[in-house]
Amino acid sequence: MSQGSQSGKPTVVLDARSMGRTLRRMADEVVELFSGTDDLILVGIQRRGVQLAERIAAFIDEREGGSVARGALDITLYRDDLQTIGPRPVVGKTSLPLSLDGRNVVIVDDVLYTGRTVRAAMDELADFGRPARIALAVLVDRGGRELPIHADVVGKVVQAASHLRVDVQISDLDGDEGVIIVPRDGEG
Amino acid sequence: MNSPVLGKDLLGLEELSAEQIRLILDTAEPLKEISERTIKKVPALRGMTIVNLFFEPSTRTRISFEFAEKRLSADTVNVAVAGSSVSKGETLVDTARNLEAMKIDMVVIRHGSSGAARFLADRIESNVVNAGDGTHEHPTQGLLDLLTLRDHLGDLKGKRVCICGDVLHSRVARSNLWGLKKLGAEVGVCGPRSLLPNAIDEMGVTVFDRIEEAIQWAEALNILRLQLERMQGGYIPSLREYNRVFGVTRERLDRAPRDIVIMHPGPMNRGVEIDSDVADGPHSVILDQVTNGVAVRMAVLYLLAGGRPELAEAAKG
Repeated sequence: MSQGSQSGKPTVVLDARSMGRTLRRMADEVVELFSGTDDLILVGIQRRGVQLAERIAAFIDEREGGSVARGALDITLYRDDLQTIGPRPVVGKTSLPLSLDGRNVVIVDDVLYTGRTVRAAMDELADFGRPARIALAVLVDRGGRELPIHADVVGKVVQAASHLRVDVQISDLDGDEGVIIVPRDGEG
Repeated sequence: MNSPVLGKDLLGLEELSAEQIRLILDTAEPLKEISERTIKKVPALRGMTIVNLFFEPSTRTRISFEFAEKRLSADTVNVAVAGSSVSKGETLVDTARNLEAMKIDMVVIRHGSSGAARFLADRIESNVVNAGDGTHEHPTQGLLDLLTLRDHLGDLKGKRVCICGDVLHSRVARSNLWGLKKLGAEVGVCGPRSLLPNAIDEMGVTVFDRIEEAIQWAEALNILRLQLERMQGGYIPSLREYNRVFGVTRERLDRAPRDIVIMHPGPMNRGVEIDSDVADGPHSVILDQVTNGVAVRMAVLYLLAGGRPELAEAAKG
């Protein structure tokens, strides 16, 4: 696996079918974690987290009936590195119900790495109210944390060195679907 | 600090590219939602100090900038001319350098002289945002007008927008002209010849001498405020006469071949350049302009606050 990525070729971690299975299992684990879907809201982090939250929510709807609430979160304005790396010109949309008071919130993201994105997401969620509980669901946990943050629901754990990039591809955005590891400088 | 996308300052729309204008508008779009939240604040500019330096009275522009600054968590200081050292004879540059010595990050300046914003920007290290300089430009007003037009008309390429009134003395008109042309809109102007620039025919705009013709042509009217002192200056015979010939009235709009988006930068002279039933009518987007003003100013401040360009490039990866 890691040999392939070192030679510059992408290493496939999950193909489209196994990614579908993984998301289905994550949906079950989310429901199990909260013993149901009461007050549940899945909040995806822009951009790929939003698509993944939608997929997981659709699986939950299928199993449990009804329609679980969805939201989208853009954390650009909550990043802690504006002064050092400059603004990211593209700010995405945040759409959440006005109050998250008492809700069970699941943050959904594609890759968990340093944990800084999740830290920013929690700061932003706090401005929308006081959730009963916040959980974290990620498709890939690649290690390398810089903050004391862990995921409650994980699709796949991979060990990727810092010179590698873990890319989640989603058919709506990227054409292909799956998880691959590519060298950081290479075109993913 | 220099923004990788906008440079150090925002002084006018004349020196921006179409791409930069689109980037500001695209950045403003998601920022609108912040003003709808219960907690209307994000931490993006936490720790930055912004001075609002107003040498001319202004209510809405100053308040709009202040909301934008506060919603991005910047610390703000308002300096108005009356009561400041400026009235004791201190120059613009001395005032700004004194403020800079207190470690500020940005200056938002409104000044009665054209070019004052550029003059200041060339002499201090802080970012400078032009909030209106003489009859030169009022770029954030131009940008909020473009955002509002885009909300209602979609892509502005080929859209017909007429600027009505005192184009000669209006920095709003100038910023609108530059912005609209750069985004590919067709621009018309309508007003008494005494209030249009001499070279208006060479500016690539369509000139309408009668408001009825402008209404037949346009998809949107941006109706400028008639400065009442223009009457004393002999530019127009009387307010009533102005309203009779150039006033945008319900009756005139009823004869339009289509619904026309009605804009006004405010404050309005109801019954002079615009009638009340137009200003408050179904096609008026005047209050949308005010709402968009906060989002556009947030976008400008956010983009100007950027760090080093080469690292920003890396951050995109």
